[in-house]
Amino acid sequence: MLETRSLNIETHFMAAGEIDIKYVAHLARLHLTTDEEKKLGAQLGHILGYIEKLKELDVTGVEPTAHAVPMVNVTRMDEIRPSLANEDALRNAPAKANGLFIVPKIVE
Amino acid sequence: MLNQLTISELTAKLSKREISARQAMQACLDQISRVDGKIHAFISHDPADALAQADEADKLLTKNGQDAARPLLGVPIAIKDVLAVKNQPLNCGSKILGNFISPYDATVVKKIKAAGGVVFGRLNMDEFAMGSSTENSAFGVTRNPWDVTRIPGGSSGGSAAAVAADETIAALGSDTGGSIRQPAALCGCVGLKPTYGRVSRYGLVAFASSLDQIGPFTKDVRDAAIILGVIAGHDPNDSTSIPQPVPNYASKLTGNIKGLKLGLPKEYMIGGLDTEVNSAIDAAVKNFQELGAEIVEISLPHTDYAVATYYIIATAEASANLARFDGIRYGMRVDGADPIELYRRTRGAGFGAEVKRRIILGTYVLSSGYYDAYYLRAQKVRTLIRNDFLKAYEKVDAIITPTTPTAAFKIGEKSDDPLQMYLSDIFTISCNLAGICGISIPCGFTKSPRLPIGLQLLGRPFGEETLLKIAHACEQKTLCYKQKAAV
Repeated sequence: MLETRSLNIETHFMAAGEIDIKYVAHLARLHLTTDEEKKLGAQLGHILGYIEKLKELDVTGVEPTAHAVPMVNVTRMDEIRPSLANEDALRNAPAKANGLFIVPKIVE
Repeated sequence: MLNQLTISELTAKLSKREISARQAMQACLDQISRVDGKIHAFISHDPADALAQADEADKLLTKNGQDAARPLLGVPIAIKDVLAVKNQPLNCGSKILGNFISPYDATVVKKIKAAGGVVFGRLNMDEFAMGSSTENSAFGVTRNPWDVTRIPGGSSGGSAAAVAADETIAALGSDTGGSIRQPAALCGCVGLKPTYGRVSRYGLVAFASSLDQIGPFTKDVRDAAIILGVIAGHDPNDSTSIPQPVPNYASKLTGNIKGLKLGLPKEYMIGGLDTEVNSAIDAAVKNFQELGAEIVEISLPHTDYAVATYYIIATAEASANLARFDGIRYGMRVDGADPIELYRRTRGAGFGAEVKRRIILGTYVLSSGYYDAYYLRAQKVRTLIRNDFLKAYEKVDAIITPTTPTAAFKIGEKSDDPLQMYLSDIFTISCNLAGICGISIPCGFTKSPRLPIGLQLLGRPFGEETLLKIAHACEQKTLCYKQKAAV
């Protein structure tokens, strides 16, 4: 399984513009219909082809910018402050009971 | 017509008690009833709540008169559907939020309310602010008030159209790659994207957190200065907002820009630039020279890489930010046998095509084996783009460009070709990558059909004072902003 995956990646590096849509949609937890997979695959191939142009640039020694205004270690006093009340937090929940969110069973 | 007034005109009349805040609000509501069936700028609005707020403003105006602490007392301001207003719906133009009602006010909304503003309405937008035409809303297409067969721009198309059609005095929007400046240009109003960190993002539904910024849509530059003065400033709820004093922007609009240096980037005079847009920019340059500004040719050598860089960084951040829409805590839910299936089905049913496209692209560029080649490389190119601007600002006070390569295009013209749509953002995107401030003001019109053309001015980080001063001087010379769409 692992080997197959890395093989795919190699191939895709060579032929930029091919995405393993099913795999990426799984990572994104996003259900796509077969039609959507086909359409998205073609469009994203086109977009990735365009994005390839960044490879023209030499970025050796260039620091990456994560934020335009670099700020580090922004902290506040470690003290208790008011926060969202339980009923406000649950107000928009699709399913709730006893002050909690209801979710499908996650442990056997 | 009270709904056509600027903030400064309206507040002058309110303080003399020539008119009431209720009359002003009612004039906007009447205009909405008259034209919004055609324009569809609003997803929803609550007339009773808006009038009740106006009545409160009238009480304060009667009791205390106009008051420096409340520069927006009695002024109707409509809100893009991406900002939280307590007890009002919030959908981000998407189905996935279901019947979401905001439990709190965004900081900008809180500040507008504290300044006396009448906050009303939910303005249409591209779903999760992803788009350049407001064709990607789950609530239908918004139309350009100058020509209803054309797009109003996006993603804040509802905000721009509502201001241009005088359905409100002003509006708030958000700008991640041009979503304020581009629709402002295409609808013929003023749109300001502040410097990253100038305005708190608390209560703004995140698209790309390192690029998003909230800003005003207004009928003139002075109004943009007034609103920025209200919404700017540090907020403990947004660790990326910068603790820097907020100047009195409106008081600096002297009209005198003698000796200021304006840069004309040679890379922006591209093929594909419409000839009428080109001549409108030439005319603007001439106006600036007559006003005593000096025009300097500059170079922003990495301009050609901005769109590619943006669509890696923005989609990567979006794919992470939109993970929160999983059907558990809010919004719609499509059940599944296990949590993974629930997530997949909910997201598959709730998100529209453009949002899916960007989540897939963003997930892909962050995925194992591709991170360095795409995401990290894009962040490095972002540094090069930002350095281009910082270097240019050693020589000039602001940069002049067209806001868009063409005037408003037809509805449906680019909706099947996402890359063409992305490329229409070429002039606005670098500003967000560099984290600087930018404004679009009307600077001319195409002949037939008659459509607005926008001039973009880009300023230094936290250089809004100078930026607004230059924009104001230009606007007062051309008076283009006085022209109204015949809705």
